[in-house]
Amino acid sequence: MADSKRLQSNIPSGPIAEKWTQHKFNLKLVNPANKRKFHVIVVGTGLAGASAAASLSELGYQVSAFCFQDSPRRAHSIAAQGGINSAKNYPNDGDSVYRLFYDTVKGGDFRAREANVYRLAEVSTNIIDQCVAQGVPFAREYGGLLDNRSFGGAQVSRTFYARGQTGQQLLLGAYSALMKEVGRGGVTLYTRHEMLELVLVDGQARGIVTRNMLTGKIESFAADAVILATGGYSNVYFLSTNAMGCNVTATWRAHKKGAFFANPCFTQIHPTCIPVHGSYQSKLTLMSESLRNDGRVWVPKNKGDKRPPAAIPEDERDYYLERKYPSFGNLVPRDLASRNAKIVCDEGRGVGNTGLAVYLDFADSIKRLGAKKIEERYGNLFEMYERITGDDPYKDPMMMYPAVHYTMGGLWVDYNLMSTIPGLHVLGEANFSDHGANRLGASALMQGLADGYFVIPYTIGHYLASNVIPKVDTSHPAFKEAEDQVNQRIRKLLSINGKRTVDDFHKELGLLMWDKCGMARNEQGLKEALKRIPEIRQEFYENVSVTGTEGDFNQTLEKAGRVADFLEFAELLVTDALHREESCGGHFREESQTPEGEAQRKDDEFSYVAAWEHKGVGQAPELHKEALEFETVSLSQRSYK
Amino acid sequence: MKETINLTLKVWRQKNQYTPGKFEVYEAKNVDTHASFLEMLDVVNDDLTQKGIEPIAFDHDCREGICGACGAVINGKAHGPLSRTTLCQLHMRFFKDNDTIVIEPYRAKALPVIKDLVVNRTAFDRIISSGGFVSVKTGGTPDANAIPISKENSDLAMDAAQCIGCAACVAACPNAAAMLFVSAKVSHLALLPQGQVEAKRRVKNMVHQMDKEGFGNCSNEYLCEAACPKGISVANIARMNRQFMGASIS
Repeated sequence: MADSKRLQSNIPSGPIAEKWTQHKFNLKLVNPANKRKFHVIVVGTGLAGASAAASLSELGYQVSAFCFQDSPRRAHSIAAQGGINSAKNYPNDGDSVYRLFYDTVKGGDFRAREANVYRLAEVSTNIIDQCVAQGVPFAREYGGLLDNRSFGGAQVSRTFYARGQTGQQLLLGAYSALMKEVGRGGVTLYTRHEMLELVLVDGQARGIVTRNMLTGKIESFAADAVILATGGYSNVYFLSTNAMGCNVTATWRAHKKGAFFANPCFTQIHPTCIPVHGSYQSKLTLMSESLRNDGRVWVPKNKGDKRPPAAIPEDERDYYLERKYPSFGNLVPRDLASRNAKIVCDEGRGVGNTGLAVYLDFADSIKRLGAKKIEERYGNLFEMYERITGDDPYKDPMMMYPAVHYTMGGLWVDYNLMSTIPGLHVLGEANFSDHGANRLGASALMQGLADGYFVIPYTIGHYLASNVIPKVDTSHPAFKEAEDQVNQRIRKLLSINGKRTVDDFHKELGLLMWDKCGMARNEQGLKEALKRIPEIRQEFYENVSVTGTEGDFNQTLEKAGRVADFLEFAELLVTDALHREESCGGHFREESQTPEGEAQRKDDEFSYVAAWEHKGVGQAPELHKEALEFETVSLSQRSYK
Repeated sequence: MKETINLTLKVWRQKNQYTPGKFEVYEAKNVDTHASFLEMLDVVNDDLTQKGIEPIAFDHDCREGICGACGAVINGKAHGPLSRTTLCQLHMRFFKDNDTIVIEPYRAKALPVIKDLVVNRTAFDRIISSGGFVSVKTGGTPDANAIPISKENSDLAMDAAQCIGCAACVAACPNAAAMLFVSAKVSHLALLPQGQVEAKRRVKNMVHQMDKEGFGNCSNEYLCEAACPKGISVANIARMNRQFMGASIS
């Protein structure tokens, strides 16, 4: 398979364990006195964005950081519960950089780039050191050293955690580093600013256009390079575990300006979320994967068994994960746990009012360890569950159902994390690079921080040192043009004065995506979705109601702009899902399964990254392929049995 | 329990910081008791939009109680009647049919209203920026297990570090003090060896910035702890005061 000429992955040659070290030596440097002459824009202040902005400012670059929230500390990384992986091997249980690399490539169902994943595993140990130095209060043992637990898809304990709030503590660490640099004057912070356009000058990313969400003012910012760390696109499904504000707008606008979008159909459905309960519902709540360390997943053996869980005797329960995957049991990777929940519910063995739920039962662990130990491990999660459902998980098993949680796809980047637009770098969940078709638990935090603390500080210097970047400011006509595009779009949305709310359209799109392009996908359903999405989009532009004015704090207008972008992006996601006629990781095509119903990859045909080039709204995008070479890990059918 | 209830809402509407606000009354019919408070507001907002009225502005994001974006004063209490709960995690089953609910923004000089229930909390960011960090740069840090930290201190630090920066403590305090917020960060770092090097400088700078922002002082009402969705203890305020005294006389 020939690589598209437009996709130069820039993977260094040499043995996998030496690639990054050698590459760092080969990268060009910007001398300390010259760094302050370069200005870098960072959009997004989650783990990847905050860590990048802080680290670049520490090096001496001038940084401007943007977020749409009222404070950088509110980025959605904060909601990650369970933990962060690192190949420290503190428990002495056989972990290594190589094993973390291997587990991640395998967990990703062999659709990730080996070299990127190896680097991720390599720097994972530095991340823990960095965070501890910042004062992140990871869980400790009585001897004063750090504690670890295990997560899905791994047979070692390599996950560091801070109760059930690991994302919060890591983000507050990165945020404190960012605010330290704001105080020092290295970073200029723009909160409540939403990026609405990327600006290119002579083919290079040279700035952004934002809307000040307080005043409605459209403003331009010029720089020598732009970094997007704007997260994933799970909210295209409306109901997801993502925060309400998470959106595809920044990456989609960059895509429309020429950045290729890679593997958008690789979405992750998290197996343990609180089930859907009503039409007013605005989001789904995830319960950390760590619960599967001590909770046992089961449904009744018999269809339509509506007895309360306690009344169902042991021999009439089906602990289906333990039965089907004895060596990993309840800790199989997320895609398998989710798909199996769907299978048992489709068989009519689901529990709860809707029949769309499975039990996650702690009775055995409470018996074995005592309620106190369980409270220590999961107290805040149990409390959260009780708040939402009104049920007490110490007494009755939790009810769980899968929900969209994370997106492995994202803007295509090379080994230096640069997109197909020179100067535009993409970090964290917003890029596609490390998780293949399925992300392992506790790896998102690792990737966000790896990109921000330990990769981009090296690679952006190389870009700035090895390219001619002429002086440009916001008086350049490209900025005026981008501002005009933004203003036109805003005025168009405000002028429709239709009858349906923005959320109403978002819900319709989300339901369609969940039905046709959710946990299981097939050709017919995907084709139906491809027909329906443009129709919804058309009605949106004829009949949406956006109240308020442009020059004001206007949350409806903000949402309308994001939903408008989801309505375009959804088509690309489905196009990608339709073209990938294989099952891998989170992408399950019903046409491609083994006789036992497991995902069947087709390595001969699909062992590549699908990078899509935008050709206009409503036009078929052009597919570019980056072949995936597996030099180190041999391709195999994943088995967790 | 009834599955749906009817409510009367008295909601503070204010165009911006410079325009006086006032209460408006809205009826919320057939509210599902399983819905969260913010989902109830979503439904009310949909209804207002249908009538061509601009929806009620309120901050929110994660809706799972951790981002700290949401918050309003519900019947006189920050984040509503339930203890240790953010507004997004307050569910309508805690209200009764035909209840009247008064919904107001946090009120404090240092947290000016932006619109309706949305307030400006950037003062908190400036306080963190003045000293709420350990001045380590990326890279060159020692191995994470190089310094053992007692589990007790580590757990206490974590208790304080859980603060979500929602500002309910300020809203609950009759003096609009931010002592619980500031002391939580001071304590988190003061309890760990990593925070020792800059401890004195940190507490002085953060307290100075807190005063400069216009927050009030502590008069031991403990209303902040009662309102805190993470249950952060006022013991942190005592610790901060000790730290501050120590830093000021040495």
